[in-house]
Amino acid sequence: MTRPARRRLTATALTVVALTAGATACSSGDGTTTATAEDSGTYTVWDPYPQFAKDSDWAKLLDDCGGKAGVTIKRTAFDTSDLTNKALLAAQQDNSPDVLILDNPVVSTLAEAGVLTTTDENKVDTSKADPNLLAAGQADGRTYGTPIGANTLALYYNKDVLKAAGVDVASIKDWASLTAALEKVKKAGKKGITFSAIGTEEGSFQFLPWFWGSGAQLTDLDSAQGVSALSLWNDWLKKGYAPNSVINNTQTTSWQEFASGDYAFAENGTWQLANAEKAGFDYGVLPIPASDGGNAAAPTGGEFVTVPVQGDTGRYATTRKLVSCLTSTENLYATDTTLSYVAPTAEVQDKQVAENAGLKPWVEAVKAAKGRTSDDLGTTYPKISEQMWKAVQSALSGAESPEDALAKAQSAVK
Amino acid sequence: MSHTTQVPHRRPAPGPSGAVPAEPPRARRRRPTSQQLAAWAFLAPVALYLALFYAYPLYRNVDLSLRDYTVRSFVQGDAPFTGLENYRKVFDDPAFGPALTHTIVFTAVCLVFQYAIGLALAVFFNQHFRLSATLRALFLVPWLLPLIVSASTWSWMLNSDSGIVNALLGAVGIGPVNWLTSPDWSLTSVIIANIWIGVPFNLVLLYSGLQSIPASLYEASALDGAGPWRRFWSITFPLLRPVSAITLLLGLVYTLKVFDIIWIMTKGGPADSSTTFATWSYRLGFGNLLPAFGPGAAVGNLLVVAALVFGLVYLRVQRKQAPA
Repeated sequence: MTRPARRRLTATALTVVALTAGATACSSGDGTTTATAEDSGTYTVWDPYPQFAKDSDWAKLLDDCGGKAGVTIKRTAFDTSDLTNKALLAAQQDNSPDVLILDNPVVSTLAEAGVLTTTDENKVDTSKADPNLLAAGQADGRTYGTPIGANTLALYYNKDVLKAAGVDVASIKDWASLTAALEKVKKAGKKGITFSAIGTEEGSFQFLPWFWGSGAQLTDLDSAQGVSALSLWNDWLKKGYAPNSVINNTQTTSWQEFASGDYAFAENGTWQLANAEKAGFDYGVLPIPASDGGNAAAPTGGEFVTVPVQGDTGRYATTRKLVSCLTSTENLYATDTTLSYVAPTAEVQDKQVAENAGLKPWVEAVKAAKGRTSDDLGTTYPKISEQMWKAVQSALSGAESPEDALAKAQSAVK
Repeated sequence: MSHTTQVPHRRPAPGPSGAVPAEPPRARRRRPTSQQLAAWAFLAPVALYLALFYAYPLYRNVDLSLRDYTVRSFVQGDAPFTGLENYRKVFDDPAFGPALTHTIVFTAVCLVFQYAIGLALAVFFNQHFRLSATLRALFLVPWLLPLIVSASTWSWMLNSDSGIVNALLGAVGIGPVNWLTSPDWSLTSVIIANIWIGVPFNLVLLYSGLQSIPASLYEASALDGAGPWRRFWSITFPLLRPVSAITLLLGLVYTLKVFDIIWIMTKGGPADSSTTFATWSYRLGFGNLLPAFGPGAAVGNLLVVAALVFGLVYLRVQRKQAPA
């Protein structure tokens, strides 16, 4: 009598377990990575540069710096989007790496979590770094790291396409003249401009130069200026100056569109310079114009070198040596050249421009750039950014008007 | 795990050995027989495995959803217990309604089409014509490809400006469709891709189910004058019911939690038009620079409960079908 019932119970329990296991697979990402080695002579470094293999210059530089400080370096590279959660988990288990190289908008989040030491504690020298770059790593008057390199956005243009369309680059000074240029390009049978408006942080990053260029503030998304920036993009899509695919474009896919040679303009970053050389056509770089002329402030990209909190505070002394080595003038130059970044200090920037004149517009753009978490936005930036990219997507896909989309975004932030 | 505690209870049942039938239970508990120890030893690995890899993560996920986690309290481990606050937050979110609708539509439409196409193909391949084995193997390809490959390929094919689908539509005079970038089409696009990926799974299970239907039944019905349509509805379909039930249940669990395809193709967008619970949960927990672990876990748990409900329905139906 009891046996079938019991078997049923067993079957129920097993099914329950199997089903829940299936369904939780996506939500329980509890991957643990041990960072701090037991050995006090081994120092761990985490970076978001998985493209650099063991025999790369970057890895060699780390080993050299370790050698000079008398320790062995254990390096682990993560995908950028993965690194924040990995660092949070490691900190939760008191397993943080000694040196953590981190995308700049994430610094304030990890600082808020209490994962990072301030420069007061770790005594890292930040005096040489440009203040506008350093600002992304500052909150409540404290500094949580030093930039290793910076990048930003500008407009790449295809000289051949512009020539065929009869557009003079020098005439592009503001939004109106840029839109006029796009119209000419379209009439000449070519494609206008490509950018990335994807529903992630990348989309917000690309929208910001236009948003800031309109005079809008991140604390007030649905201001008339903010709406004008979104309307600019929206009109480009409607008139066919920009392809509809921008809604799903990452910065990489957007670059691939530009590299096809059909597009006149592409909004993209410093890191594409090496690819631009390979594109097979003559290109130029133009700062992103503000709505009424002048250059728009673009958001700064690039990473910070940070020192996570350790249980054993005695480790900071050696860690400081490693950080100073990595951010020394000579090494910054080498690192930023391999990364295709602009250096964070004036001294190295001058050296970069002297070596490669093509970097000049980029150095200027970086100097005018602004950190996303600057202005003491800190951890409110991620919330604003998410609503902003949603609004951009809603407007460009035609789901809502720019006004409504931004009004909704602003009320969601509050 | 309730089933692990059942072994000692089962002892009084007439076992094959019958060595200690009269012993009182108290004495037995004090000195377990070697057989009992062996039973526990056999049970231990799987019990440990289940506890470590299923029960604990599940417990953690429930715990995450009941606390107010900020990045700081996540690291310090001192998140205050807030009861069902995260669930309330999720239910009140304007994204909840659309996400629920999309999850239901996505799951239902995918299941119906995957099953119908899978069954049609299974019946077709059951006829053993030349090359049927080869063709059947080819149909498995979508299943064998890594999801990132198939999803990326679909998103290239469906690209508004340079996709092959729009190029083909253009060739026959139909204007371009913004498959992935229009709120009206994005859910349809991910459903199409997911059906394509899920058909082989249904095909394989249903095909093997067809093998177990005796050919004599078809012969007998053919002699009685039943046409192919009649044979399908009166023999194939009813006899395939147990296999169909498990195929649909597994399909349901897989489809409910589909994440990769949607994330790669549309990221749940544009404007949340293809957001399901799975992508929403991920977006809350990992899709932002500032993770919201609590609400993310709450959405994940809602998915778990949904899968659980259907699992129980399945068990109930199965019990009715085969009275013990």
